[in-house]
Amino acid sequence: MLSDARLVAAKDLRIEMRSKVATNQVLPFALVVLILFAFALNQDPPALAAAAPGLYWVAVLFSALLAVQRSFAIESADAAGEGMRLSGLDPAGIFLGKAAAVAVQLAVLEVLLAAGMAVLYGARLQDPAMLVASAGAATVGLASAGVLYAALAAELSVRETLLPLLLLPVLAPVLMSAARAWQDSMSGRPGLGVPWAELLVVFAVVYVSLGVVVAGPVMEVT
Amino acid sequence: MNPIVSRRASLVTGAVGLTALVGIAATVWLGLWVTPPAVGMGNLVRLLYIHPPVAWVCYLAFGVATAASLAYLWPRTRSRSWDRLAGASAELGVVFAALTLVTGSIWGYPTWGTWWTWDARLTTTALLAVLYVGYLAIRKVPGSPHVVARRSAVVAVLAFVDVPVNYLSVYWWKTLHQTGTVLDPSKQLKVHGIMAWTLLLGFVSFTLAYAWILVQRYRVAALEDHRDSDGLTSAIAERIAEGAGSPTRGTPSAAPAPTVSTSPAAASLGGNGAGSLARGVSSELDGASSVVAK
Repeated sequence: MLSDARLVAAKDLRIEMRSKVATNQVLPFALVVLILFAFALNQDPPALAAAAPGLYWVAVLFSALLAVQRSFAIESADAAGEGMRLSGLDPAGIFLGKAAAVAVQLAVLEVLLAAGMAVLYGARLQDPAMLVASAGAATVGLASAGVLYAALAAELSVRETLLPLLLLPVLAPVLMSAARAWQDSMSGRPGLGVPWAELLVVFAVVYVSLGVVVAGPVMEVT
Repeated sequence: MNPIVSRRASLVTGAVGLTALVGIAATVWLGLWVTPPAVGMGNLVRLLYIHPPVAWVCYLAFGVATAASLAYLWPRTRSRSWDRLAGASAELGVVFAALTLVTGSIWGYPTWGTWWTWDARLTTTALLAVLYVGYLAIRKVPGSPHVVARRSAVVAVLAFVDVPVNYLSVYWWKTLHQTGTVLDPSKQLKVHGIMAWTLLLGFVSFTLAYAWILVQRYRVAALEDHRDSDGLTSAIAERIAEGAGSPTRGTPSAAPAPTVSTSPAAASLGGNGAGSLARGVSSELDGASSVVAK
């Protein structure tokens, strides 16, 4: 399962490196969202700095939605997805590999967006250990739940509209917990964010485990 | 009486429905006129006999939907009956989640001074409702019956993760919403006397009402499935008859598919094999009743 996951993750990352969709489209989209938030809040520096953690994680959430959709869009050409499933790869391995590839892309995006947030919103990124730990757990949760639902929606004609309806409520606890953990860290009270970081870890573990268990039925060839 | 449901199954579900109706009427009577106002909360306590039972049925409905979805996903028990049961129960769960939010909001305004607050229990309940609205949406996406059932079952199982979070949210976070209504954390009763009995009656009555509507909804789903499959069978038979050279068929105005089985009862009673179809549906419905009874 893990070797299959490595193969799939390497394949997906190689495709992204070559196609540059993540860097040319998803990352600029996330930056546009950050800028739009500033317009919506009347470019008011204190309001933006106060709301920065929440706005940052909403931008990450929207980008994650694009990333997981993209993760299965690359399998639709030339029936690549069916070929992958028929090649004997373990469905759980495919799930883990795709989730890992999305998590790597999201991690890069989060670093760049955090720099953007610091510059545009004047947010102070204090206590990096807590920020990195909570962001790491949140990224695993976003990627695993996202890939699971994207796999379900991949074969549907209405996937673009249905996936956000299915996925965003599921990811709402991650958004809330990550925003709170970052808010506590950025306001110089990292200790308060520990329970939120723990919740993020629980969420990540639950969805990675569920994904491994239900990957078979989700990717069943019909 | 519906002609394709067995008489015994009809009587049993009718009795359940009647008991639920009488029970809810008695709950209303006891709750509004017989039970005393509470110390501190006054007459507002009367919502106690409605709100927790409705919330319990919401959890129960999502629990049944998840259990039925797991039964569908398990290869040994895979059957369309489980899928129908899951769909019917999830629909009811969404209705009862909405009722939970509405009755909670009515209770919240005089006690907390606001119709809505971003409290952990309220937020997770709203999320729960939205999650299962997504589930109902994915059920409506066209596809072969087993593909639809499989992907719906997975979504139902994933959505259920929010149910324990919802229940435990009042213990995990400091919230406006009170902790357990009936039992405190050490499992001691917090409600006594006639108030406790009225609350118990509320729980039983709303559970029976859920069971009754669930069976009715399951029957409708079974009828819809049989209408679709019967329609296809009839359409194929007509096309075969066309191929056999019947000159009156095959004109555009006599296209077979749209004319077939718009009425499930008519479909089951009209053609050959109506008896066997009726028996098949009856046995499935009996199966559903026994599932609900368990």
